[in-house]
Amino acid sequence: MQQVLSHGRNRKRAVINYLSKYWTLYLMLSIPITYFIIFRYIPMTYIQIAFKKYSIIQNPWQMPWAKNNGFEYFIRAFSNRDFLYALRNTVMLNLLDLIIGFPAPIILALLLNELTFKRFKRFTQSVAYMPHFLSWIIISGLAKQLLAPSTGLVNIALNKLGFASIPFLTKPGHWVATYVFLGIWKNVGWNTIIYLAALTNINPELYEASAIDGAGRFQNIRYITLPGLRPTIVTLLILSLGHILGSEFDRPFALSNSLVSGVSNVISIFVYQYGVRGLQFSLTTAVGLFQSVISVFFLLGANAFAKKFGERGIW
Amino acid sequence: MIRSKTYKAGDLIIVFFCILLIIACLLPMLNVLARSLSSSEALIRNEVMLWPKGWNLNAYRLVLGDSKYTWSLAWTAILTVISTIVSMVMTILCAYPLTYANLKGRGFFNTLILFTMYFSAGTIPHYLLYKDLGLLNNPLVLIIPNSLSVFNMIIMRSFFYGIPASLRESAEIDGAGPIRILFNIYLPLSKPVMATLSLFYAVGRWNGFSDALMYMNIRKYHPIQLLLYNILNSITSIEVATQEGFASAPGLSATLQAATVMFATVPILMIYPWLQKYFIAGATLGAIKD
Repeated sequence: MQQVLSHGRNRKRAVINYLSKYWTLYLMLSIPITYFIIFRYIPMTYIQIAFKKYSIIQNPWQMPWAKNNGFEYFIRAFSNRDFLYALRNTVMLNLLDLIIGFPAPIILALLLNELTFKRFKRFTQSVAYMPHFLSWIIISGLAKQLLAPSTGLVNIALNKLGFASIPFLTKPGHWVATYVFLGIWKNVGWNTIIYLAALTNINPELYEASAIDGAGRFQNIRYITLPGLRPTIVTLLILSLGHILGSEFDRPFALSNSLVSGVSNVISIFVYQYGVRGLQFSLTTAVGLFQSVISVFFLLGANAFAKKFGERGIW
Repeated sequence: MIRSKTYKAGDLIIVFFCILLIIACLLPMLNVLARSLSSSEALIRNEVMLWPKGWNLNAYRLVLGDSKYTWSLAWTAILTVISTIVSMVMTILCAYPLTYANLKGRGFFNTLILFTMYFSAGTIPHYLLYKDLGLLNNPLVLIIPNSLSVFNMIIMRSFFYGIPASLRESAEIDGAGPIRILFNIYLPLSKPVMATLSLFYAVGRWNGFSDALMYMNIRKYHPIQLLLYNILNSITSIEVATQEGFASAPGLSATLQAATVMFATVPILMIYPWLQKYFIAGATLGAIKD
């Protein structure tokens, strides 16, 4: 009895002691936690609008359920031509980014790693990181001036060399290629940082040993450098796969024009046009929910897949 | 002998490739700079490559003489400074308590925060929330809703983890509370990462426009990028003039567009070299998982 009481008293004292020491930490943390609840979790309660008939005078809990067991707006989305195009374009542009854009920084990091002139390497890095800090509006401004059909530097040079002008931004097929290329242009340098950091963690003794064995440059890359980069590559690949249905807004919005809207309208632009401008809130909330859920599934799937093959995954 | 020769050839190919990359990165900037400084006649004749022809500052004079444009620059600068300060305070308030390993509920808070990285409610629920909170068309909508980036918070936290726990423990023995320890030990030691994250936040705000496009209809509060978008998507100078109120000057639109692009880019290009050594360290920290 005595023991239990003193135990309880000790516990209470420990709690008071703990709080008197750390209450300020909770006070600090309360501000960001409130932020996350208001701006990240409360919006999630609005997701129910996807299943309800939107009404401007009611709050989401009071709105009546939509037809077809609440799935009316999902059915409408999938019978909407604009949405189906946006879905196709989103997947297409993201897949191209993945296939062409994903390996680019790995290759560049390998090249930079092989550079023996240290000063030149640092200069190349400084210049290559710079485009990452330009906004898509500025890049679209640069692209529009540089790639204009008759007045742009690139086409003037092509004409002088005897080639015809290329409609980089005005023909759908060319626009897609330009879109992917500009994505690489903006981020290839910046994305090498993470790989170059991983390269410094590779044990230099491995290279010394391979030099004694007489291994060449490509053998070094094949048997030492790439295996050393593997965990980083896998982590970033999982995250990219998670984004396969995610859509940036800035990039397609800044680069698109009315001549190429058939390939440039992605889901985020559909939501902007139909939701923010067109006020079809239930339809666009349904589209957003579809996008978020599929993204989470892709992320979980890619992570599970990586783990199955003995990689660490992202959590 | 043969091997050392192939090595040299390989090195040359790599250097050649890197030079191509440098040209690809610098050429667009140089071309637009040259265009902004050229006469509109030279532009129409397609004579401007990398060096200005018919050198003049008319476009810059016109941009600086336009109160809408100068106001937009000033407003974006103010917005960037305020947002960066708010974001840094939020980031530190979030990251610092979570570095205490014995903080009760730490796992729960971590999960609560990390979950938002992987699942988002989407554009329209956010839009409707801002509407209900009265944030639509309120300048605060450009500052508060995206003030805290989980990614940047993780970078900050990783850096805090790197500060030896023994420093904190000895301060605790001397009777210092968490706030004293934050201000006297953690923040002074975290200058590099604070510079990096401030740069990330500032560049994000300076370059951002989609929030203003969606949640802000008052033109006065539009950041520079949105104004730039309108200028770039107006084809003729008359359209530029009617769109954004520039004094109309025929044939000037091309140089004018170039000059406005330069104006929005120069602030970033100016701070970039100074902060470079910091942001590389910061971006590398972001790669560390915990």
